[in-house]
Amino acid sequence: MTTTITEPATVSQERKSVQARRRFTGSAITTVTWLLAFIFFAPVIWLVMTAFKPESAAASNPPVFFFAPTFEQFEAVLANGAGAYFLNSLIATGVSTILVVLLAVPAAYAVSIRPVEKTQDVLFFFISTKMLPVVAVIMPIYVIAGQLKVLDNIGTLIILYTAMNLPIAVWMMRSFFQEVPAEVLEAAAMDGAGLVKTLRTILIPMVTPGLAATALICVIFAWNEFFFALNLTAANAATVPVFLVSQMTSEGLFLAKLSAASVLASLPVVIAGWVAQKQLVRGLSMGAVK
Amino acid sequence: MATTLVDRHNLKAHELRTKNKISKAEGWRRRGPLLPALIFTIVITQLPFLVTIWYSLRNWNLLRPDGNQFTGLQNYVDIFMDSTFRSSALNSIVITLGCVFLAMILGIIFALLLDRKFRGQGVVRTMLITPFLIMPVAGATLWSISMLNPSFGLVNWVISLVGIPPVDWTAQHPIISILMALVWQWTPFTMLLVLAGLQSQPKDVLEAAQIDGASWAKTFLWVTLPQLRRYIELGVLLGTIYVVNTFDQIYLMTAGGPGTASANLPFYIYQRAFLGFDIGQAAAMGVVVVIATIVIASFALRLIFRSFDAKD
Repeated sequence: MTTTITEPATVSQERKSVQARRRFTGSAITTVTWLLAFIFFAPVIWLVMTAFKPESAAASNPPVFFFAPTFEQFEAVLANGAGAYFLNSLIATGVSTILVVLLAVPAAYAVSIRPVEKTQDVLFFFISTKMLPVVAVIMPIYVIAGQLKVLDNIGTLIILYTAMNLPIAVWMMRSFFQEVPAEVLEAAAMDGAGLVKTLRTILIPMVTPGLAATALICVIFAWNEFFFALNLTAANAATVPVFLVSQMTSEGLFLAKLSAASVLASLPVVIAGWVAQKQLVRGLSMGAVK
Repeated sequence: MATTLVDRHNLKAHELRTKNKISKAEGWRRRGPLLPALIFTIVITQLPFLVTIWYSLRNWNLLRPDGNQFTGLQNYVDIFMDSTFRSSALNSIVITLGCVFLAMILGIIFALLLDRKFRGQGVVRTMLITPFLIMPVAGATLWSISMLNPSFGLVNWVISLVGIPPVDWTAQHPIISILMALVWQWTPFTMLLVLAGLQSQPKDVLEAAQIDGASWAKTFLWVTLPQLRRYIELGVLLGTIYVVNTFDQIYLMTAGGPGTASANLPFYIYQRAFLGFDIGQAAAMGVVVVIATIVIASFALRLIFRSFDAKD
């Protein structure tokens, strides 16, 4: 790669040493990368290790690194009624995500494929609701839900999670619709295909990967949501994050059990995120980054 | 000359009229698919906010049954006199900017390290994005208990290896503790954005710089960094939108304490509303926060998304 002109013999020598040096720097950088990644990931390893410890080895000083792993904490968490909370989270996440997709796909179609005037304003309206701090609307929502007798109701969470994720989904789906070539749509229009037919036979199949990515982002945010769940649910509709907090506060500190509950609570989203890594960045940037 | 101009003008006016006529029928057909999402969003997010504004003008404390009268702007006067409101606002700024800045620095470092071929690249990337996927409530308890507990936390054990005496992190350094958990959670987000920016770099430009004999530092400063600029801007903006609403970590790690030393605005408003039952004042704070957020973010938002759309 060096462009200096020298005698042929020294060129080959120099090239060899440059290559060797480069290989050495390369492996040094790789080592540093692995080291940093390990340090950054260490809390996760520690969380998982603690979850498999007997309670006596969990909160100890100095920390215990070698122990006989046990499933008793996971069994204790499940025996403690975790199932009902997981079911609530599953319903709130699943139904709200379906609603988001049903509302966002036509909306994104309207703003990207056949835009009308003020499309930009509508898009920025959607995203501005994302900037609205939820804490600023929690009081009226609490009072209204109380008057409508829908406090501690999973339906309330579903509606709120739908509203929470809709702006992201509209922006994301818009970015996927924009990638559909205009000729394909013109051809469909010439064949006299209506909106529903165009959506069903052409657009939806073309943006299915995008649809999956959008749903994934909605699932992550809905599954992890804590503020609404904390304030609007009690015994009936409480979700997994609320269950986790109850593990911490109500019975004193059982660190191994809390860790096992944390692992179980995080597992669905962690696996989904690992599988769909490539789509994550597009979702988080609301479609701006491909 | 004059007649042709007039003719041309009439023609244009006629064109405009017919275009309008088409777009009225056609326009509603086009707007139709947008309406369900739009109406839903307005009803669920905007109407409660109008109610919040209404509450903020009332003297309503659930603990005082005689209250709930119209008091005009009294709540706004009160909160600006409230020193805790001001300190919470300052904490919000410190926590948000601190988290976004540190996560961005770490994210750039990780992204640069990931943007080359090496053994186990996929595994390392998977490891580095995981903190973002851990449930924030679980991440917050992991940090406040397993990592930062003064007697058995892992961090104190690590620093004891180099002879530093144990630190009661969440009591002595509440903001730093919260920042640790937040930066850990948000670094994967900035890393992914910067990585996308690095991978969108035209390779021929990088090669040209290398052939010209530019050092790594020079290439980074003059070629890579300008290319990354809009990705970094986007990361800062979206990161700010997400992080400014932080509640979970503060609720679980310090409960805003000691005292109100680490309360940010979302947590303080929550405290006033759900523990102090002072609906009027909490609502007034909410309104102030919303106005501040919208003023700051809307300009930046348009700017940044425009730069992305223009490039596509």
